[in-house]
Amino acid sequence: MIAVLIIVIFLLVTGIFFFFAAAIGFLRLPDFYSRMHATGKGDTFGLLLFLLGLGIYNVLENPTWYLGVVQTVKILSIAVFWFLASPTATHALLRSAFESGAMPWTKDGKPIIERGEGGKKT
Amino acid sequence: MEQFFIGASVALCIIIFLTLYRAVFGPTVFDRIVGAGFVGTKTAVLLVLIGFIYKRVDMFVDLALVYSILCFIGTLIVAKYFIRRKG
Repeated sequence: MIAVLIIVIFLLVTGIFFFFAAAIGFLRLPDFYSRMHATGKGDTFGLLLFLLGLGIYNVLENPTWYLGVVQTVKILSIAVFWFLASPTATHALLRSAFESGAMPWTKDGKPIIERGEGGKKT
Repeated sequence: MEQFFIGASVALCIIIFLTLYRAVFGPTVFDRIVGAGFVGTKTAVLLVLIGFIYKRVDMFVDLALVYSILCFIGTLIVAKYFIRRKG
């Protein structure tokens, strides 16, 4: 009982750490693409850890069929849905930003990709 | 354990307010969209935590599921809408 609670607390604290790292990266990194790099990973993994810990705690707290197992399957289905949805949203946003002309940040300010008319890659 | 859940909720709210800076003052439109999606992820987790605090998990889990689906659809549609505009 106590060991499982310690595992749950560890998972939740690690999830808060990943969320916090994603937020710091989202605030401090220089351009849009690197910000997406920070949020797209830290967000997904933090959410998986958080919902895994909450699902384990729910089975431990309510050892019945409906309130325990079914709700845990629902909580884990949220995690599975975000694992499918978050990379899809990240990919769509990155392609939309690239086609509308946002340039990746470089250290010396020179563009690394030559562009033709209409934002297409040449 | 309930105090720990309340503390985790407060930490998530602090992270949401940190992210809101980029969502409000972001240099491009896409930063604002990503900020809104980030807040949406935190809100889905926060709804499940509120369900554990109020001991009504069976209701709040459905709310979190519907909210995450709406947030995903909204992000996709806004990304498609801004694809031909200057950020």
